[in-house]
This record gives sequence, C-alpha cells and structure tokens, in this order.
Amino acid sequence: MIHSLFLINHTGDIFLEKHWKSVISRSVCDYFFEAKEKAGDPENVPPVLQTPHHYLITIYRGKLFLLSVIQTEVPPLFVIEFLHRVADTFQDYFGECSEGVIKDNVVTVYELLEEMLDNGFPLATESNVLKEMIKPPNILRSVVNTLTGSSNVGDTLPTGQLSNIPWRRAGVKYTNNEAYFDVIEEIDAILDKSGTTVFAEIQGVIEACVRLTGMPDLTLSFMNPRLLDDVSFHPCVRFKRWEAERVLSFIPPDGNFTLMTYHVSSQNLVAIPVYVKQSISFFESGSCGRLDITLGPKQTMGKMVEGLTVTIHMPKTVLSANLTATQGNYTYDLATKVLVWDIGKLNPQKLPNLKGSLSVQAGAPKPEENPSLNIGLKIQQLAISGLKVSRLDMYGEKYKPFKGVKYVTKAGKFQVRT
Amino acid sequence: NSEIFELKAELNSDKKEKKKEAVKKVIASMTVGKDVSALFPDVVNCMQTDNLELKKLVYLYLMNYAKSQPDMAIMAVNTFVKDCEDPNPLIRALAVRTMGCIRVDKITEYLCEPLRKCLKDEDPYVRKTAAVCVAKLHDINAQLVEDQGFLDTLKDLISDSNPMVVANAVAALSEIAESHPNSNLLDLNPQTINKLLTALNECTEWGQIFILDCLANYTPRDDRESQSICERVTPRLSHANSAVVLSAVKVLMKFMEMLPKDLDYYGTLLKKLAPPLVTLLSAEPELQYVALRNINLIVQRRPEILKHEMKVFFVKYNDPIYVKLEKLDIMIRLASQANIAQVLAELKEYATEVDVDFVRKAVRAIGRCAIKVEQSAERCVSTLLDLIQTKVNYVVQEAIVVIKDIFRKYPNKYESVIATLCENLDSLDEPEARAAMIWIVGEYAERIDNADELLESFLEGFHDESTQVQLQLLTGIVKLFLKKPTETQELVQQVLSLATQDSDNPDLRDRGYIYWRLLSTDPVAAKEVVLAEKPLISEETDLIEPTLLEELICHIGTLASVYHKPPSAFVEGSRGVQHKRLPGSAGSGESVDSPDTGSAAGVSEAPPAVIPSQGDLLGDLLNLDLTPPTTTGPPPPTSGMQMGAMDLLGGGLDSLVSLLYTVDSLGGDLGGNPAMAAGFGAPPAVMPTSFNAPVSGGLDDLFDLGGGVGMPMGSYSPPKTVWLPAMKAKGLEISGTFARRSGVIQMEMTLTNKAMSVMTDFAIQFNRNSFGLAPAGPLQVLTPLSPNQSIEVSLPLNTVGPVMKMEPLNNLQVAVKNNIDVFYFSCQYPISMLFVEDGKMERQVFLATWKDIPNDNESQFQIKDCHLSSDAASNKLQGSNIFTIAKRTVEGQDMLYQSIKLTNGIWVLAELRVQAGNPNYTVSIVRGLHFVTYREV
Repeated sequence: MIHSLFLINHTGDIFLEKHWKSVISRSVCDYFFEAKEKAGDPENVPPVLQTPHHYLITIYRGKLFLLSVIQTEVPPLFVIEFLHRVADTFQDYFGECSEGVIKDNVVTVYELLEEMLDNGFPLATESNVLKEMIKPPNILRSVVNTLTGSSNVGDTLPTGQLSNIPWRRAGVKYTNNEAYFDVIEEIDAILDKSGTTVFAEIQGVIEACVRLTGMPDLTLSFMNPRLLDDVSFHPCVRFKRWEAERVLSFIPPDGNFTLMTYHVSSQNLVAIPVYVKQSISFFESGSCGRLDITLGPKQTMGKMVEGLTVTIHMPKTVLSANLTATQGNYTYDLATKVLVWDIGKLNPQKLPNLKGSLSVQAGAPKPEENPSLNIGLKIQQLAISGLKVSRLDMYGEKYKPFKGVKYVTKAGKFQVRT
Repeated sequence: NSEIFELKAELNSDKKEKKKEAVKKVIASMTVGKDVSALFPDVVNCMQTDNLELKKLVYLYLMNYAKSQPDMAIMAVNTFVKDCEDPNPLIRALAVRTMGCIRVDKITEYLCEPLRKCLKDEDPYVRKTAAVCVAKLHDINAQLVEDQGFLDTLKDLISDSNPMVVANAVAALSEIAESHPNSNLLDLNPQTINKLLTALNECTEWGQIFILDCLANYTPRDDRESQSICERVTPRLSHANSAVVLSAVKVLMKFMEMLPKDLDYYGTLLKKLAPPLVTLLSAEPELQYVALRNINLIVQRRPEILKHEMKVFFVKYNDPIYVKLEKLDIMIRLASQANIAQVLAELKEYATEVDVDFVRKAVRAIGRCAIKVEQSAERCVSTLLDLIQTKVNYVVQEAIVVIKDIFRKYPNKYESVIATLCENLDSLDEPEARAAMIWIVGEYAERIDNADELLESFLEGFHDESTQVQLQLLTGIVKLFLKKPTETQELVQQVLSLATQDSDNPDLRDRGYIYWRLLSTDPVAAKEVVLAEKPLISEETDLIEPTLLEELICHIGTLASVYHKPPSAFVEGSRGVQHKRLPGSAGSGESVDSPDTGSAAGVSEAPPAVIPSQGDLLGDLLNLDLTPPTTTGPPPPTSGMQMGAMDLLGGGLDSLVSLLYTVDSLGGDLGGNPAMAAGFGAPPAVMPTSFNAPVSGGLDDLFDLGGGVGMPMGSYSPPKTVWLPAMKAKGLEISGTFARRSGVIQMEMTLTNKAMSVMTDFAIQFNRNSFGLAPAGPLQVLTPLSPNQSIEVSLPLNTVGPVMKMEPLNNLQVAVKNNIDVFYFSCQYPISMLFVEDGKMERQVFLATWKDIPNDNESQFQIKDCHLSSDAASNKLQGSNIFTIAKRTVEGQDMLYQSIKLTNGIWVLAELRVQAGNPNYTVSIVRGLHFVTYREV
C-alpha cells in the first residue's frame, strides 16, 4: 500500500514528508525531479513513475505536488484518488491547499495524515469522521482551548466510523432546518474554425448543503432523469432505487457534500450558448498578424450570458497586441503569451468585438500553430441539459425543512479552434 | 542546539499545556526532517497521560524514532500493553495500531498477546485495526505471524459480521499474499465470495477496492455463477471513486469471458461498461492517464464497448501531454470506416499543434489510418502531402516515414508522389526518415531516373550514418544493382566493401557478406531473395500480444496495466508471481478472440497479427522495414525450389548470420583470409525456425526415459528400423539407426541382400536437409554382398552439407546406389544426434539468456511414465549432451535447468520439472539463440 508521502512545492522543495512504514530517503524524489525537469510544465509531469525499487505516483494541485511512494503492486487510481482526498481534506480544514497553510498547521496535518492512513491502508477519509477526531483549527477555538485547557482531539469513537451510514454523525441538531441543492453544469466543447461542433458534452454535478436535524431520509426526483448518460453517486445514495425508479433516495451527510455527478454526451442535447466568429492570421513577412473576434448568442434558452471571457495562448513569437475592444478589457501577458479578453455580460443588441494587430518578433518565421480560443461563460438559473428537479421529500423526521434548488451553467473546457 | 535544549526543558515542565506545546514543536521539527531523536527519553516520558491528544502526539514521535532508539522504545512497552486493555475502544485500537508501526523486534514480541486479544475484541473498530496490524507484523516478522496463528484468525475475519472488518481482513490478506504468491491465503469458494459480495455493498470505498480486487482472482465455476457475480458488481460502476469503478471494470471484463455471447445479459453488460469509462475521462488528468492506459487494453480486447465513443478521445489543447499521447493512441485503435473522416480532420488539426512529440505522433497516426482503413488511404496521402508542403522539418520527416508504409500496403497506387518526396531529400536529418527515403529510392529505383545519384549522395558519409541508415543503404543499392545492373556495378562494389571491410558492426558486415555471396554465386537467386514479393504489412501496429493482453486484462487498474507489462516483468521480488489468465468462455468452443458478430464492417475476421518489435531478420533482409509495420502471417506461398529459398531465408537467416560470424571471429581478419573465402564456397549450415512440432517429437523420444533399464550410458540411439524394404529396392533391404559416438554422428545401417544375385558398387548420397548432414566419406562396403548376406556399415556424417528445410525438420532423404539401380528412401534422425559435446553453458550466461529469450519462444510438453529420479535423469540426459546447469528444489519439485547446443551453434534451453512420486515430467523448452548475439531464432 502507500508507503510514504512527500509534499513538494512547484519550485521543487520538499517541505513535508510522512512515512507509514519504514522511512524512505528523500533521495527517491530525485527521479521525480528529473521527470519534472524533462516535462517543463509542472502539469506535464507523468503521474506514474518507475524507479529501480519504488513507484512514484504524483498529483499536481494548487501549485503543489503530492508525491506518494509505493513499493508493491497497488492500484494507481487508488493512490491518486487518495492523494486528491488528502488535498480535499486540507482544503476543507484550512480553506486552501497551499504550502503556506500546510506549514502553519503542520502538526494538524501530521495528525490528519496519521488518521487517514494506517500502514498505508486508508483509515478515515470522510470529512465528518475526521472532524470528530481532529477539530479543524479556528481562531475562536484555540482561544477557548487555551483558556479551558481542552483539546483539539476528540476522545470518543467517531459515531459514524462503524455504522452503516459512516458519512453521518448522530445527534445533529439545527434550529433552522435547510437543504440546498446546486445543479451545476459545465459544457466541454470543441468547435472548429467554421463554428461546427466537433465534440460537446456536459459534466454535471449536484452539490448539496444539508443542515437537517436528526436522521432525515430524503428523496429527490427529476422531471427528466433519462437524459443522464452516466451517473456516479455519493455512497449515501441507494443505487437500487435509482435503478428501479430513477429517484435519488438517501440519508444525507451533514453539511456540504457532492450528491452526484453525471454526464450528458448525446450531442443533440448539448446546446452551445454562444457562437464565435474569429480570424487570427499572421503574415508571411512584415512581422505582424491580425486578430478579429466577435461573439454572439446562440442557444441561450432566453437567459443572460455573463462572465464571458476569451483566453488565447499566443504563439511564442508574438510580442504584443494592439487591439480595440468594443466591450470589456483585454490584457496580454508577455511572459506567458496569454491574451485574456474579459467581456462580462453578452448584449445581444450590441455584439462584443475585439480587433487589431499583433506584432511578431522580427525575423521569426510565421508561427506554425493556430492558437485555440478558450471561452469562459456563466448562465444563471439554467441547466443547459434541461435537467430539472421536480421535488424533494423528507421522511423520518417530523419538522418541515426549507428546500432550495439552484441551477447554473458554466463553460468547462470550451475551445474554439482557429 | 539551543533549540533542542529549550525543548528538553519544556518537555520536562510540570504544566500539562506547556508539555503538549513542546511535543507539538518537536513533531513540527520532525516533519520537516530535522533530527530531534535526542529528545527521545523526554518525549517518551510524556506518554503516561490521559490526555488523548498528547498521547497521540507522543505515539507519532515514537513511530518515527523507535527504530533508531530500540532500547529506549522498550520503555514504552508497558504503556502500550496497558492501553490495549483500556475501556475506551479508541485507545485500545490506537495502542495496537501504534505498536504495529514500531519496527523493533523486541517490541513485536510483546505485541503478540495484545494483538491476539484485539483481533477478537468486541468492538469492530478495534478488530478492523487489529486486522491491519497483522499485515504490519508480517512485514516485520513473517515467521512470527505464522507461528502465532494470526493468519488463521485473519482468515476467520472474512466471515466477520462487520463489513469494514471484512474489508480490512481482505486488504491485509492480499498484502500478505503478495509476498507469498503460492500460499493459499485467500482461498476463495462460493461461500466466501458470497460474504465478500455482501460486505461490498456496505463497506467504505477503499474497502470496496480491496474486495473487488480480491474477487477478480476468483474463477467462477460456471457461467451462471459468473453472471450472478457480475450482476452484484455492476452497481459499483456508479461509484464516485474512480478506483472503485476501475476495479469493478476488471471483475466484469474478466468474468464476462465466461458468459455465452448470445446471452442477453452479455449485451447488457457490454452496454453498461461504456458510460463509466467515458466518465473517467472527465476526471483530473492523473486519473485520466491511468484510465486511458487501461482503456487502451480494453479496446484491444473488446473494441465493441467503445466503438461509438470516438469523440471523447478528441484532444483538448490544454490536456497534459501524457494525456494527449494516450488519447491519440486510442483514437487510432477505434478508427474505422464509419468515423475515419472525423478522425482525419482531428489528426490534421493536431499536426499543427505546438508540442513536437504530439505533432509527430499525429502525423504517424495519419499513416496508420491509411493502412488501417483502405477507403481513407487516398485522403490520408493527400493530407500527408499537404503537411509536407508546410516544410516544417519534423513534420516532413514523419510524413516520409509513414508514406513508406503506405507504399508497402498499397503497391503501385501512390508512387506518383515520389517526386515530391525526393524534393525533400536534403532536409532529412533523422535516421528513420533517411532510412525510409532510401528504402523508397531503392524500392522504386526503376522509376527514379537519378536513383543512383541519390543513393550515391548518401554513400559519401556512410560511416557517419546510423546503423539503420547503413543497412538500408546497403540493401537499397543492392536492389538498384539488381534492377539496373549495367550502370551501378561500381556503386554496389563500393557499398559492399564499405559494409564488409570498413565496418565494425557485425549486423552490417553479415548482411554485406550475404549479399556479396548471393550476388557472386547466383544472381538469379539474389534477385529472387532481394526483390521477392514482400509480405503484407499488418493493419494494426503496436498491438499487445494476445496472451499478454489476456494477462493484462486480469490486472486492470494495477501498475501492470499502466506499464502494459506483466507484473513479473517489473514487480520486485516477483520470482513467484503467477501469471493470470482469463477464464475460458462457456460452452461453445468459440474463440474469445473472434470479434463480436455484430461488429462494424471493416473489422477483419482473423485475429490481427502482432508486429514483431525488432530484429525480424527476414523482414530486415528483404528490407521491408525496421520500424513498426512489418510482416503479418507467413510469407506468400511459393513453390518448388523457390519455396526452399524463401523458407531458408524465412527461417534460418539468423543462424546463417550467426554462423558466418562465428567463422569470422575464429578466423580473424575476414577480408584477407583464404579460409573465409573457402567458407564462401560451401554454403554454411542453416537451422530453420519451425522448430516446434518436429523437435518436440524428437525430444520426446530422447526424453523417453521410461524404458531405459539396461540402456547403456551414453548417447541415446533408437533401435534399428527398416528404412528400405527389399521389395522396393530390387532385393536390397536397408535398416538402420543413428548414433552419436565421440562427437561424430554415425549412420548405422544393416544392408541385406535378399535378391538372387551379388550386389556391388555401393554408394550413398543425401539430399539437402535441414541441418546440412552429409556423409563424411564414402560408404564402406568393401566386399561384394552375396545373396542372403548381411553387412553392418557405419557411415560417419558431418554437418557441412547443403541446407534445405525439411518437413518434418529431421527428415533425411537418402539415395543408395548399387550395381543394380539407384534407390531412394527417407528416414528421420533423432534430433539428439545434433547435440554437441560442448553444449554446457556457463551458469551466468544461462541465467542471462533464459531471461532474455521472449516467452513466446517457449513450448511445454510432458513426458509420461518416467520413473527415474531427477539425478538419474540428469545423468542419462548428459549422455546425450543435454547438460544440467543448475538444479533447484521448490516444494518437493526438482527443477533441472539444462542447455543443449546444436551442431549449427543454436542453443536450446530447457527446464525439466520432476515431482517426486509423479512419473510425469514437465519440460519447458526455450528455443535459444546463437551465443554471439542471442538473437531470436
């Protein structure tokens, strides 16, 4: 199983190590540094590396590498999932997963790692179980602790650990009982030069925030569940009922959790909310090029498109951009060669346009590649797949909770080729 | 150090709070790698506390430093033992867990009793912690765990009422089993399977992974059991944890092998597998990577699952490069007539990306599409030409490499583009592209007016070229010479002398000599060989060899599946790793390889041939290719003499080369050595490859030790049989056998005259045969043979005669002449005659060779009813020049590792397994290689 963990920042310093079996020397990371050197971008470091005696499995999150060392045949996905869970836990405990907060909370981090893995086997990875054993730091509590001498560590067995519903603790109490569900859909799409959809799919997720007293048993049903191609559920969801009736029946964890993720890939169901008319060209001689981009609404279902952005990774030889935007602002970062046009709301009456010239390094050959456009956007009150929650029922408790559902559509990896 | 001093003071403070803060500081220093081991006694002193947080912190410290301070660690033992009795289960569990992490022998002794109690604790939290502790202890002291009976207790926990305990027991047993591959720790039967399936629904996501991986090792009794397990596993496909999903996919992929294909459920299952695999691709890039490596295996095994999902593999420009390359690979595997237009459009797009590796692979992929989907070939070629026009150097070079393959696949169709290719000749600086271009020029020399000039231009820097280019250039010029002999004699002379005299590379030299000899002895044959019709190239490249694929499917989700290598190839200490195999399909004898009946048109019926990676000398010599696409299946059938020539090349060139090389190394300077020139005169012996059937037959005889009582020591010689009956030979009867005496092969015959008149003037001649056997002298029948008289003759043989592959391999066609007529007969010699006396391989060499020979060179068979001990067998075999190099005894089974060397220098390695009390021996034969290069034969 998982032997050791090293936390490494993006400049390549190891700033924390934890060993669950015998101690493995830091020098094992040299193989990783070698691969990192070779890959250039930190994103491009291969996640599974082989060394003479170990395997290194790495994830890259928030400018940090979480590197685990394994010695025997262990499923790599298992390790990668676990590492993401570690990062999630840090996020959950400290608000972010960064070198700074990890260093500030190093003992808590160590306690968490000890609790999450025993001999390399995952022990407690559920957020609410961990929080019962190791209290997250907060300013008020540390003041109280100092005053009363009480501890951050719970000394009773976490109630959820062994019950059939390990995700929920017993004895939850609220004065205001509420359950909120956010249906968030991201459009992943590739459009070609002419605007034709090469590929499009929707990644959906239902994030829940449930603050309900006692042991509520919830049933969430959809108007049109059949449009979901593939679903994955939080362990609380009763799969049999989904199979038979297409409803989500579950005893929820307390607080925030991801109820389900889903996938819609049938092309006809994926509406593309905006169109892009663009031309980016470079001249054979004269060290310059032209750029002209216009965006307009396409299938917006009558909703407002907001937060519109266009991001372009320019070829390395592009030195500067001299452009005029009819709406919003643009910036061109010389170091990263990234052009960002922040448009804001899309006004169907007056389409935003960005136009002008690009100057290219003198004497450099005409760039070979065509830069792709990355579109960012947001549409409130719409799930672009058309998914709708029809009702939420609660059983097992007497009180009447407040129930809310919110929809939002965003651009995921939304790319336009030029 | 003042810091350490300060901490020491704080640790010994009376105030609880101060102590705790001090321990925290110590831990903080420890985590960043500072050495705070000097504080060991002070920290351990803080352990006796009822403050759980402080206790945990001290435990953390202990685990880290106990190894370096074993004597100090003993001080902590009492507290541990006491804590294991604590009323709070959290503390009991914590104590047993921490003790297991202290890797000090003296401590482990004290651990046994508390652990035994904890394994039977009333609280499941303690039991599940204790289960993992057994695995820890096993890692430290395996013998102790076995002696204490902990393994049995662990097995009992599989039936525990709590699913978390079951999952941890499975996890612990699986880990222990990995270091004991042959132990029967996870003895799976329908009852335990049922328990695991029940626990599967209720345990944590990690527990589900352990259980699924364990289930995957089970082989269901029949298709009904298989289906029922699949039904209970499919809900796991909807789990949010991708490792659970992939482990479930493994179980399903394996068990569906047993389902009849006409079963409705089989189709349902296929449909259910696609969506979760697609969903894995929207996860984080690291997860995507592992998923893609596995999907690559899955589409090779069952292309139908994802055949409609091409688009999800389209590359996004900001995917990490490792994801891009994997996606591209799968796109080509899924390419078919139905989707080729889309795929090509994508590939063309990718060919203009920034990343060089990716662009190269995309260009190559276009070529692969052309070869795979015939209807698209024309479009692919025009796309490639467009790309060549971009003049981007590496794009042009890749395009030329793949266009060569397209020429191979569709001869006489696209040669009109050669002119365009030749324009780019000067810009080529990569060996592979240069080699491809030279191949094209040589192959189409008759259509290129200035082919000689083009090739000559490469010749100037011959010694600076890579081997690949040198070999191609040699062959290209020989081709040119055979096509336009009048103008190119000088050129061919030049290249032959460059290759044979000025080069240190044995491959190049050998190839040079072969051509030289071919050209000087028989130009017609040379033409037949060098310009022979080339075998078709395969549609698919880089396919994983089917048995390996089967094994890898059983390892879905593991490191093996990421590396596409069997675990035995890389897992450390894998001596005992068992190869996993897919279960056979139920009922029907239908091959699991055959594509689904409903699969798309364009999928060929025959299982795709696997491309040999390198060193296929036939391909090499004919200059088919050095790079991926090469031969598929056997060469086209030809007849008669040509057949002989083809086969000869097909099989034995390797050893021919090796043999030449042997002469070379013995004879010293090749060029000026008269002995070598003589060697040129007499064609050397060749050992054809199709070794399998006939040889195992021959060896079977040899190993036929059963009737060995009273058989003299020394080489085995079968009893004489009648080779030529009298009625077929006008009264001459010949019976005979072969023997090897003092290193000489003897053909021992009894000639009997059953006619009425005297026979005289005997003579004997052999037809060309597989091993070049020929009489070393005349047949010695000195006196006339009177009617009814018999005479025993011994004819010594040598192995320097002409070679032709025979069917069976050990067949020998003999002509005997006497004063009456010429008679023909054929007989078969035991292959053991060819085993030479110096066939004992060095141990080291043996080990290295055994590892180097590919698995597919291995064949196995059984020797029945042999009652000799392994030592007696070994002695007996040594008499026949089968030498035992090493002997190992594993679990009552003797393994004899043996080497044999044939007259033509080929080595055969064998493993003979003898189980005491079992009269059936198992022999694994590994076909060997010549000692110089250990090339595959």
